Amino acid sequence: MIDKSLRWLDDRLGVSKGGRTFLDKIFPDHWSFMLGEIALYSFVVLLATGVFLSLYYVPSAHEVIYHGSYAPLRGQRVSEAYASTVGLSFDVKSGLLMRQAHHWAADVFLGSIAVHMARVFFTGAFRKPRELNWIVGITMLILGIANGFLGYSLPDDLVSGTGIRIAYSIIESIPLVGSYLAFFVFGGNYPGNGVIIPRFFVLHVLIVPAVIVGLLAAHLGLLVKQKHTQFPGKGKTERNVVGSPMFPTFMAKTTGFMFMVTAALFLLGGFAQINPIWQFGQYQPYQISYAVQPDWYMGWLDGALRVMPSWEWVGWGHTWPLEVFIPAVLFPGIVFNLFIVWPFLEAKFTKDTAYHHLLDRPRDRPKRTSAGAAVLMLLFMLFCASSTDVLANYFHISLNTVLVTFRFLVVLMPIATFFVTHAICIEMQRAEGVGRRKRAVVVTRSATGEFATYDADVRPGDGHEELEAIPVPTYIDLTPRHLATGPGVRRVMR
Amino acid sequence: MSDDGRTGTGPLPVAALDDPHLAPYAKRPQAVAAVAAVSMAVGIVGVIGFGVSYWVGNQTQWQAATLGVGLLGLGFGVAAWGKYLMPQGPFVEERHASHSTEEERSAMTAAIVERGGMVVKRRKVLGGLFALGSAVFGVVAAFPLIRSLGPKPGRTLFATNWRRGSSVVTVDGRRVRPSDLEVGGVLTVFPGGHEGNSPDQTILIRLEQLAPGQGELVLQSPGRSDWTVQGIVGYSKMCTHLGCPVGLYQEQTTELVCPCHQSVFNVRAGAVPEFGPAPRPLPQLPLAVDADGYLVAAGGYDQAVGPGFWERP
Repeated sequence: MIDKSLRWLDDRLGVSKGGRTFLDKIFPDHWSFMLGEIALYSFVVLLATGVFLSLYYVPSAHEVIYHGSYAPLRGQRVSEAYASTVGLSFDVKSGLLMRQAHHWAADVFLGSIAVHMARVFFTGAFRKPRELNWIVGITMLILGIANGFLGYSLPDDLVSGTGIRIAYSIIESIPLVGSYLAFFVFGGNYPGNGVIIPRFFVLHVLIVPAVIVGLLAAHLGLLVKQKHTQFPGKGKTERNVVGSPMFPTFMAKTTGFMFMVTAALFLLGGFAQINPIWQFGQYQPYQISYAVQPDWYMGWLDGALRVMPSWEWVGWGHTWPLEVFIPAVLFPGIVFNLFIVWPFLEAKFTKDTAYHHLLDRPRDRPKRTSAGAAVLMLLFMLFCASSTDVLANYFHISLNTVLVTFRFLVVLMPIATFFVTHAICIEMQRAEGVGRRKRAVVVTRSATGEFATYDADVRPGDGHEELEAIPVPTYIDLTPRHLATGPGVRRVMR
Repeated sequence: MSDDGRTGTGPLPVAALDDPHLAPYAKRPQAVAAVAAVSMAVGIVGVIGFGVSYWVGNQTQWQAATLGVGLLGLGFGVAAWGKYLMPQGPFVEERHASHSTEEERSAMTAAIVERGGMVVKRRKVLGGLFALGSAVFGVVAAFPLIRSLGPKPGRTLFATNWRRGSSVVTVDGRRVRPSDLEVGGVLTVFPGGHEGNSPDQTILIRLEQLAPGQGELVLQSPGRSDWTVQGIVGYSKMCTHLGCPVGLYQEQTTELVCPCHQSVFNVRAGAVPEFGPAPRPLPQLPLAVDADGYLVAAGGYDQAVGPGFWERP
C-alpha cells in the first residue's frame, strides 16, 4: 500500500529522492534544541484555539445590552466585542478553557521564542551561514509581540482599552506624521469611529498569522536546507551532524513533546486564571483602574515609558514628544535593529568569514556573552520598572523612590552585568575541569609520613557507552551477526 | 527540503538488527515499554474523560484536568518510546557545501547583468516608461490603501466640545451643582450633549468648602483666580503623557496620579506635573455657575488637551 502510493506520488513529483534524505535528517540530541519546538507547538495551539475563538467572537464596537449568564454584568451597556468575549467564556461549552489556553499559549509562545533566541545568540548559532534564519526569527518575534498586543486588545475590556489608548498616543508622538498616522489607523481622533476593533481583528486573525506562517515555513525550510548546528564533541565536526534521525526517532520524540506542550498549555488554561475581563468591565475612555500592566512581553516597553524623564521639547513651532517617542518608538526600533545587524557586526569586528556549524560555549566568547547579558539585564530592568506602582504599594515605599531607583538601575545594572559576566567568562575559561564531573581524589601517606594525592581510577559503572556515528542504515538485516558490542563502541566519561 | 544528501549512487549503509546503533537506549527496554504503555493507557482514559466531562457539564477545571492528563499521558508515552526504545544511533549526516561553484556564480551574474542589461540598453525608453508607470501606480495605489483609512487631523486635536456656557454634566447627562461635591470629592464630567466623549473628559475636584461670595480659592497659578467655583477646580482628565484618564486623586496631598505611568500632578498649583514622565500641566477648564445654580464652563480649554503631537505649537 505504502509502496504503491509512494510510486504514484514519485511518478508525479519525484518525492523519493529528497524524501529519503529528509527521513534521514539528523537531529542533534541536546535539550536546548527543544526551546524552538515549544514555540512551534505553542503556535499550533494558538492557531487551533484561535479558530475556535473566532467562531464566537464578534469584532464590533457596536453597543449592546449584556444578557448573558454572568449576573453582575446583566443589563449593562457593553460593546459587542466585550459581550461576545464574555459570552464565549461562560456560555459556550469549553469556551473559557479555550480562551485561557489561547492567552497562555501566546505568553508561552513569546517566552519560548525569547529563550530560544537567547540560546541561538549565546552559542553563536546565528553566524554564517545562518544570518538569514536569525533575521527571519527576529521578524517572527516582532510580529508575535505585535499580534499578542492586537489579540489581548480585542475583548475591549478596561485594561486592554487603556493599552489601545496608549498605542494611539505612541503613534501620535511620531514627529511630522504622528497625528496623521494615528487618525488613519483609528479612523479619526481617539477612540476613532469604531473601526479599530474590526481592524485589529483582521490583523490579528488573518494578516499577521499568515505572515508568521510564511516565515515559519521559511524558518524550518532554512533549517532543513542548512542542517542543524551542534555542540562540539567526539566525532562532531564542521562537516557533519551527529544525532538521531528524523524518522522514526525524532518524529516520535517531537510528537510526544507536542502533546506534552499542548497538555501544559491546557492545564494552565484550565487552572491558572488569566485576563478575567468580566472583572475589569467594559472599556470606557474616561475610566481606569489601578495596577494596569500589559502582558509580560510588552512590559519592557511600558517600563521604558515609565522611567523616561519628561523631556518633551518644543521648538521650531512644533512639539516633539520625546518623552514618548524615544522610549516607545526609537528604543524598540534600536533594540530590534541591533538584533538584526548583530551577526554582521560581529563578523565585521572579528573579521570572521568562515562557516560555523559547531556551537560556541558562551564562556569562550566573553564579549558576545557579556553584551547579550547586558541587553537582557536592560530589558529585565525595564520589565521590572513596569511595576513601579505595584512594587511601591507592596513594599510600602514611596513611588518616587521606586521610580528614581529604577532610573539608576536601568543604566547601571546593564553596565555592571557586562563587566561581571565578562569576568565570570574569563574565570571559567581558566578554571580546570569546570563543567566536568569531579573524580575522586585519593590521598595517600607514605611510610615516611609524606602525603600525596592522585585522581582515582575510573570505577566500573562510571560514564556510559557511546558509539561511533554511522550513517542511518537503509536496510536492517534481521539475522544476528553476533556483534554484542560492535566495533567503535567506547566507554566515555561525562 | 534538502536533496543534497546521498542520491543513490554510493553503497547504502546496511545494519544488522543487533547493531548497537539500533539498540534501545534503555537498560531495561521491557520496563520502559511497560511504563510507556501505562502512560498511554492513562492518556486514553484522560481523553475519554475529556469527552465525558464535556458531555455531562461545563466544568473548566475538569475539562483541563482530563485533557491535560490525556495529552500528557499520550505525549509522555510516545516520547519515552522515541527516546528510550527507538534506534538511538548516534547516526551521522555529512554536510555538503551549500554554495555553488565559482563558474556557476559567474554564469548567474552574467545572465542578470549581461542579458538583462542588454535588453534594457537596447530599449531604454521602454525601461524608463515601465519604471515610471510602476512608480506612478505605487503613489496612486497609496491613496485607496492609506488615505481612505481615516480623516486628516486638521484642527480636531485642538478642539473639544467645551464652550463658554456649556453645561457641566455627568456621564449619565445629569447636571452638576457645586453642592454635589464635598471637599476631597472628584467627579468626571462632560459638556452637555457629549457625555462619554473621550477628549472632553474633565475631572472636577473640590479643594475647599467655600460658600458663594466667600472669596475664591487661591491657586498657585497666576491669571486663573476666577476659573474656580466655590473651591471646585476642573482639569482635563486626559494625561498629557499618553492620554490615560488621570483617575487617581490623593486627597491629603491634593495630587492627581495617572495610573498608567505614574505621573503626578499638583492640583493646587494648576496641575503642574511634579513627578513622572508627563511633560505638561493638565489644561484647566474655567468654571462658573449659571442663574439656576448649576455649574457651567466659563470658556473652553485654552490649549489642546492630552498628549503632545507634532502640530501642537
